[in-house]
Amino acid sequence: MAKQMSTMSYFSTQLWESNQILVAILGICSALGVTNRLSVSVTMGLSVAFVTSFSCFFVSLLRKITPDSVRMITQLAIISVFVIIIDQLLQAYAFSISKVLSVFVGLIITNCIVMGRTEGMAKNVPPIPAFLDGLGAGLGYAWVLFVIGAIRELLGFGQLFNYQIIPLGWYANAQHPDGYDNFALMVSPPAAFFLIGGMIWIYNMKKT
Amino acid sequence: MWMGNYDYLNVFGLLIQATLIENFLLANFLGMCTYLACSTKLKTANGLGIAVVFVLTVSGILNWLVHKFVTGSESLTWLSVFGINAEHIDLGFLEFLLFISVIAGFVQILEVVIEKFAPALYLSLGLYLPLITVNCAILGACLFAVTRDYPFMPNMVYVLGSGLGWWLAIALMAAIREKLAVSNVIPALRGMGITFIMTGLMAMAFQGFIGIKLSRPTASEEPAKPQRLEESL
Repeated sequence: MAKQMSTMSYFSTQLWESNQILVAILGICSALGVTNRLSVSVTMGLSVAFVTSFSCFFVSLLRKITPDSVRMITQLAIISVFVIIIDQLLQAYAFSISKVLSVFVGLIITNCIVMGRTEGMAKNVPPIPAFLDGLGAGLGYAWVLFVIGAIRELLGFGQLFNYQIIPLGWYANAQHPDGYDNFALMVSPPAAFFLIGGMIWIYNMKKT
Repeated sequence: MWMGNYDYLNVFGLLIQATLIENFLLANFLGMCTYLACSTKLKTANGLGIAVVFVLTVSGILNWLVHKFVTGSESLTWLSVFGINAEHIDLGFLEFLLFISVIAGFVQILEVVIEKFAPALYLSLGLYLPLITVNCAILGACLFAVTRDYPFMPNMVYVLGSGLGWWLAIALMAAIREKLAVSNVIPALRGMGITFIMTGLMAMAFQGFIGIKLSRPTASEEPAKPQRLEESL
């Protein structure tokens, strides 16, 4: 039973205590680049969770027969295989989202979270804990993306999942010039920096 | 194939565009991990910046060749020289795998060569080379160049400009962080938190360039593709 608990803890610590974005500051590129629509953020988060968990699993399976000198290239090759799978799936079943994500799907290969987990954890532990660790890291990344995406879409477009949340009647128009207006900064890239900076701030305050 | 419908002025415009207007760090957010980890000292930042410019330029050119002759659509037609009809084969799905292999392989070779022939340079630069393989700016620039279908020369200038822009951004940030290290910041925000906010402010400053379109070839009639994620949404 004790072993069971410790296996699960691989998964759960990744979600909060050592969250990859908020603590390790990894995987920032895509966290900033794709989060101004919630649907895109969710897709990206789930894709990364898929790639991380399965690459960790296979890196861990091969950990005893991979020579140390070529392990980086081996890991990159394993990771790219799963990224190609995700890319082809997205192009087949969610073409509009894959268009918006464009190069960011390919960039999951160099997403530091995936490399960090395979290099830091998966090459030292058996496949199942490695899989759970990768899944936890990916989902930890996904929930941060979800929060940032939700804030940015709600304030930037007044919508969530492309569904209008803020009533259209509140908006400023010719008759009510002092009505509500979308927060244009939230649509633009720098907003993500401020939001992640703020999340790190809140996280550190909660922790101490 | 070399210049496409770009003339020299367009290519120069592309350099400015890639360096300042679409700065890789501050407008496209690529290469953030290395940027955040290695921007505490100006000297380190400069070393890393130079290494990125070099690796990005060379692997950008190599990957252009890979796209042109292996993975692009109808790129295998040259095989007909050997009597192989490969017109309908599309290896596009292998692009990620080949690109990252080219980058990783090139960095590995470069490391060996520098260590052998320029030990002094290796001591100052070699440290950063393995970091560069996983720098998403490199792969990102290669993928952007491919999706935008640049001819050879514009592609070369584009990857060079992206590298220069990355170097500029990390050097600026390192200079700020050297000062930040001795300032009195709120405890919970100290370290990464304040770095994010500083980067956000810098990105806002760089947004002042938005709207200047220099990269479009004057000779072409087709409207320029949306250059940035935000515009295509």
